[in-house]
Amino acid sequence: MNPTLDKFLGGKQGAIGLAVLATLILVVFPLALDAFRLNMVGKYLTYAFVAVGLVLCWGYGGILSLGQGVFFGLGGYCMAMFLKLEASDPESTKIQSTPGIPDFMDWNQITELPLLWQPFHSFGFTLLAVIAVPVILALVIGVAMFKRRVGDVYFSIVTQAIALILTVLIIGQQGLTGGVNGITDLKTLMGWDIRDDSSKLILYFINAFLLFGCILIGRFILASKLGRLLMAMRDKEERVRFSGYDVASFKIFVFCVAAAFSAIGGAMFALQVGFMSPSFVGIVPSIEMVIFAAVGGRMSLLGAVYGALLVNYGKTYFSETFPELWLYLMGGLFIAVVMYFPNGIAGLWESHGRKWLGKLKRQSATPAKPVPVATVPAPNSQPRELESTP
Amino acid sequence: MEWLSEFGAIAAMQGFNGLSVFCVLLLMALGLAIIFGQMGVINMAHGEFLTIGAYTTYVVSVLTEQYAAFFGPYYFFLAIVLSFFIAGAIGWLVEWAMISKLYQRPLDTLLATWGLSLVMQQAFRSIFGAREVSATLPEWLMGSWNPTEAIDIPRNGLFVMGLTVLMTGMIFLMLYRSRWGLQVRATVQNRVMSRAVGINTKRVDRMTFALGCGVAGVAGAAFTTIGSTGPTAGSLYIVDTFLVVVFGGASSLLGTIASAFSIAQAQSLMEFFMSGSMAKVFTLSAVILILMLRPQGLFSIKVRK
Repeated sequence: MNPTLDKFLGGKQGAIGLAVLATLILVVFPLALDAFRLNMVGKYLTYAFVAVGLVLCWGYGGILSLGQGVFFGLGGYCMAMFLKLEASDPESTKIQSTPGIPDFMDWNQITELPLLWQPFHSFGFTLLAVIAVPVILALVIGVAMFKRRVGDVYFSIVTQAIALILTVLIIGQQGLTGGVNGITDLKTLMGWDIRDDSSKLILYFINAFLLFGCILIGRFILASKLGRLLMAMRDKEERVRFSGYDVASFKIFVFCVAAAFSAIGGAMFALQVGFMSPSFVGIVPSIEMVIFAAVGGRMSLLGAVYGALLVNYGKTYFSETFPELWLYLMGGLFIAVVMYFPNGIAGLWESHGRKWLGKLKRQSATPAKPVPVATVPAPNSQPRELESTP
Repeated sequence: MEWLSEFGAIAAMQGFNGLSVFCVLLLMALGLAIIFGQMGVINMAHGEFLTIGAYTTYVVSVLTEQYAAFFGPYYFFLAIVLSFFIAGAIGWLVEWAMISKLYQRPLDTLLATWGLSLVMQQAFRSIFGAREVSATLPEWLMGSWNPTEAIDIPRNGLFVMGLTVLMTGMIFLMLYRSRWGLQVRATVQNRVMSRAVGINTKRVDRMTFALGCGVAGVAGAAFTTIGSTGPTAGSLYIVDTFLVVVFGGASSLLGTIASAFSIAQAQSLMEFFMSGSMAKVFTLSAVILILMLRPQGLFSIKVRK
């Protein structure tokens, strides 16, 4: 096989895993689920972008960001601002005291479109901003923290505080951001109605293809020398530094990549769900996103997608049927995954699933096809040891 | 000169407001500083230990009202002691069952304790209901103290302040003047060497964690005099508290006090000029900016790694 292609696909095993996931997302779900449920799966898959980014920066890079919701939110807000401006043309907002501005601005006695909103009339600018705004923020945070060798726990706490700041800011600046309700009633994208079933189906597929694009980019990064350096840094940062590598710039790079992935997820969220609000930005959603990656397997890009799907499905199912139980389950899952299965579903598949598959193959000539959970081999199945004891 | 005295009164009351915020922050941060600073463990469930203390106080208050009304004026002291021991005991259990297995993985403790905090919040909701409850305050805690006509200082604020000073003093004594404190500080500086000279570091860790949780329980008891208690009361403060600890320099109690003071005063001073949420945004951003310039925090001790 062509070596570059091989890097993207991750060898034979990687290609099989990818094919199984692609079949599931591109064929099985659209055929088996009705429009409403499929839209929900699409929503879950937008979180998978964040989880894939977290696998890169947390699982491989050792950087636990508790502020991925910030990037998800910024991407989503950039897209939502464009859609909102389109939805509030002078014609449909003529009952307002100032027609042509978003409704929540009118409610807040704002009579003129704020400067911050002006550029979002252009779709090209919006697409650029969806990626650029979060990446620039990640770059600033990364440069400030990693160049000064602030790592580990401190970084997590600071990113968490940034998530808090952004939420408070969004809720506080009601006239500019729609406050706690967020930006709602998004209707069309360049004149194309995004609310009916057929356009939701198209958006679902766009979302899925973008997700696979991100996974392939992730694969490529991990298969390259950079991926090996990331792991080396995570395990023995000092040694990599003494070997002459600029540790900080690698960390900044992978943090920015994770931010960009999250932002794409956020923008697709705004398109598919039709609104964006601060409840996807703050501390709690940011930590939940870490859980998606942890449950799926922090060392597996494909596992992260399964993790996002499973945890979100569980959340919807249990909070609909047993709302009392949900938080116990979620908390218990958190504790169990961290303490007993640090490599998540992907790790379980590596240690048990394969053996079981092999047994099944030997027993019957035509084996039933189990759902492989992940195929990126976890390089070290032992929980990594951090050098923290003084 | 009329306006001057009025301005002085407003400044004094605003300053006192800041002091009240400072006391709650400090009481929470003290427990966290012990756990995070001394042990390097991130306890995201710390806020829930505060909630345990607050609910304990509430239960004691209800029980006193029903069965021992004569005890009414004094129940609060019993509640403080009980809060300390109940939160401490639960902390001891948590350390035994969970934290002790994760010492090698600090980032994972963060996630596991976050899971714990979810479970605890839901447990509070199942036991006490989702509605906020409040303890009946004894009469001597209500009303206010007026040194002059214009100044009005609430008594519960004064009480919390006294309690904070007392707790801080006790923790200082325990850490710097007792044999146990010596063992804790030795373990922080060099775990392996401490073990070699015969310190049971496992026991020291467990007691340290329990003490930190107990202090959070006391913070919870103090919290009931200021606001009402809901299942998520404690989690509202957790990020601020972590910032206080990090800003102060993780293993310095003096730093924790200084940073709690500056954050609380900055917050309440800015609230005078702008909305509460913007004051919070500016305070937290300033803290983060300073942390970027000085990652080790305000005060730090040099530890050989």
